[in-house]
Amino acid sequence: MTQPVSPPRGSTGKVPPMGELPAWRTLGARADVRTLSLLGVLVALIVIGGITKPDEFLDTRNLQLVLTQASVIGVVTVGMTFVITSGGIDLSVGAIVALSSVWATTVATQEYGFAGILFTAVLVGVGCGLVNGLLIAYGGMVPFIATLAMLASARGLALQITDGRTQIVSVDAILNLGERDSYVLGVPPLVLVFAVVTVIGWLILNRTTFGRRTVAVGGNAEAARLAGIDVRRQRLYLYLLSGLCCGIAAFLLIILSGSGQNTNGNLYELDAIAAAIIGGTLLSGGRGTITGSVLGVLIFTTITNIFALNNLQSDVQQIAKGAIIVAAVLVQRRTASTT
Amino acid sequence: MPAPTHVTSRRGLLLGTAAVSAGALLTGCTSNDTKDEKPASNDRPAADDKPGKHVTIGFAGPQADHGWLNAINDNAKNRAKKYADVTLEITEGSNDTAAQIGQIETLINKKVDVLVVLPADGKALTQVGLKAMRAGIPVVNLDRIFNSPQAYRCWIGGDNYGMGLSAGHYIGEQLKDKQGARVIELAGLDNLELTKQRTQGFDAALKNYPNIKKVARQAAEFTVESGQAKMSQLLQAQPKFDALWNHDDDQGVGALRAIDQAGRSDFLMVGGAGALSAFQAIEAGNSVLKATVLYPPTMAASAIDLARALGQGKGVGGLAEFEIPASLTLYSAVVDKDNVGQYMSTGFK
Repeated sequence: MTQPVSPPRGSTGKVPPMGELPAWRTLGARADVRTLSLLGVLVALIVIGGITKPDEFLDTRNLQLVLTQASVIGVVTVGMTFVITSGGIDLSVGAIVALSSVWATTVATQEYGFAGILFTAVLVGVGCGLVNGLLIAYGGMVPFIATLAMLASARGLALQITDGRTQIVSVDAILNLGERDSYVLGVPPLVLVFAVVTVIGWLILNRTTFGRRTVAVGGNAEAARLAGIDVRRQRLYLYLLSGLCCGIAAFLLIILSGSGQNTNGNLYELDAIAAAIIGGTLLSGGRGTITGSVLGVLIFTTITNIFALNNLQSDVQQIAKGAIIVAAVLVQRRTASTT
Repeated sequence: MPAPTHVTSRRGLLLGTAAVSAGALLTGCTSNDTKDEKPASNDRPAADDKPGKHVTIGFAGPQADHGWLNAINDNAKNRAKKYADVTLEITEGSNDTAAQIGQIETLINKKVDVLVVLPADGKALTQVGLKAMRAGIPVVNLDRIFNSPQAYRCWIGGDNYGMGLSAGHYIGEQLKDKQGARVIELAGLDNLELTKQRTQGFDAALKNYPNIKKVARQAAEFTVESGQAKMSQLLQAQPKFDALWNHDDDQGVGALRAIDQAGRSDFLMVGGAGALSAFQAIEAGNSVLKATVLYPPTMAASAIDLARALGQGKGVGGLAEFEIPASLTLYSAVVDKDNVGQYMSTGFK
C-alpha cells in the first residue's frame, strides 16, 4: 500500500526512495544546531546542579531518579510529537492517562494480575485515541475541539470509575517493577520502556513511510492529498498512536505510584506540548524531532530536580520554569534560523 | 486528593476574629493528648436524641472528587438517616460556582427548613448564603467559610493551623531527646490558603523545640502522583533526617511509595486528614508512618446535628446554652498506634 509522496518542505525536491530518507534531509542540517543548543541548555543545567548540590545531584541515584520521573511524561511526549508534527494537537493526553490508570487499577481488573493491568491500560489508551482519530479524521472536527471534548469526558469517566477514591494496587508483580531490585544493570524498568519508545518513535518518524507521511500532512495537507496520501487515515493512525503512548504511560505511572487516581496525568498536555515545542517541533506542523522532544522533557525534569534539591518553593519554581522556557526558545531562534 | 482544577478541598479559613462568642469551642490547645472532646464519631448526637419537630435539611457540597469529600457526603447522609424527624434534600454537588449557586437556590425555593452548605469556594458563594438567611432559612456553613458572618448562623469546620500544631508537637515530643534533629515537610497545594495555615501551625509548634530544625519543605498537589514525585526528590535532597510531616494522607500514598522505592526507613512520618489507608498503615506499624493528624469528615455529621437542633430550636446537648454556637472549630487530634482503633471507623477511602 505504498504511494509516492510529495517531497517534504525544505528538501531539494528530489523524491528519495521510499523508507530511507536520511534524518538530515527531512529535518534540515540546521536541526543539528538546534539539538546542540538544547544539549547546551541541559549541560548548563547539569553544571548548575553540580555546583549548587554536588553530593546530591551528581549521584547515580539522582540520575536514576531524574530519568524515572521523565519516563511517564516522556512517553506521552513522543506520541504528542507525532500529532503536532502532522499539524494537529492532542489536549486529552493527561485525561487519557488518568482514565487508563484508573480503569486498569479497578478491583475487577486487578484480579487478572499483571497482564490484566497492562492490557487494560494500553487498550483504554488506544480506544480513546481511536475516538479522537475518528472524530478528527472522519468527523471533520478540529483537533483542538475534539481532544478538548475527550479531555472533559475521559476525566469525567475516570472520576465516575473511582468515585474520587485512590485505588491501591496490590499486584506484587506490578509493584516490584518500581523497586530497586528490578533495576537492570542499574537502569530502572520504566527508563528502559521510555528508551525503547523513544528509539522506536525516532525510527518511525525518520526512517519510515509513515513518518514521512506525517511530516507531509503537517507541511501541507492538501499537497499531501494530491500526492496520493490518504490524509484522513494517516490522521486516524496518529491520534491512535498518541492514545497508545498514553496507555503505556499510564501503565508506567501505575508502577511508579502503586495506585490509580482520577487526578493522574494532571496538566500533562501542557508539559508534553511545551517539551515538544522547546525541542524544535513546529506547532504549525511540518517539522518534528523526537530527539528534541526527549531533550525538552529531560530539561524540564532536571530543572524540577535541581529546584527540589535546593529546596526552592513552588512559586519560585514556576517563575523560573517559565523564564527557562522563554530562554530556551530564544536561544534556539538565535542559533537556528527557523525554516 | 484534589489537583488544581478540582481542588480547593477543605477550606477552613477561620480567622481568629471570626471565632465569636460564648459556646465556641476554641482549640488553641497545644498539648497533643487527645482531649476529652467528644469525637463526632460517637453515636451520641450533639443535640438531644428525642424526636422533635420534623426538619427538612438541604445539603449542598462541591463535587465529591476525592475521598475526603466523599466521606463528607456519606457522613451527612448516614447521620440524617438516624433521625426519624429529619428529611435530607441533597444536591448533586459541583465545583463550579455558578452551578452550586443554582443548586442552593433550588433548595431555597423548595423552602427547606435549614441549609447545610460546604461551598466549593467560600468567598464566591457568600451572596447565596446571605440570600438564604434573608429568606429566613438559617445556614450551617461547613468548613470553607463564607466571607460574611451574616451569611451563616453557624460555622463548623476543621482547623488547618491546628493540624500543623498537632503535627509539630507530636514530632517535637518524639524527637525531644535528639540533638540536632532534622525535620522535613511535604506540603499540599501551595496556592491554597489552608496549606499556608498548616505550615504556619507546624512552624509555630516546632519553635518550642530548640533541638529541631526544619531543613526542607516541598509542596505537592494533594495527588498520589505528585506525592510520589516530590517525596522522591526530597529523599534525594535529604540523605538524613529524623521526621517528616506530610499534609495529606492521599498524597501520602505516593509519598510512602517513594520512601519504599528509595528503601528508606530511618525516620518517622506523620500524615494528615485521616484516610483509612493511613489508619491501616499506622495499625500495622510496619512502615515509617506512625501517626496522622485529623481533619475529620465527621464534621458533616455534626453539621446535620446542628441543623436539626436549629430547626427544632434546641441547643447542643452537654452545653448550657439554649442555642447552638455561632462557630465550632474541630480539634485536630493525633491518631497513632495507641488510639487508632477508636478512629478506624471514621477513616475515609
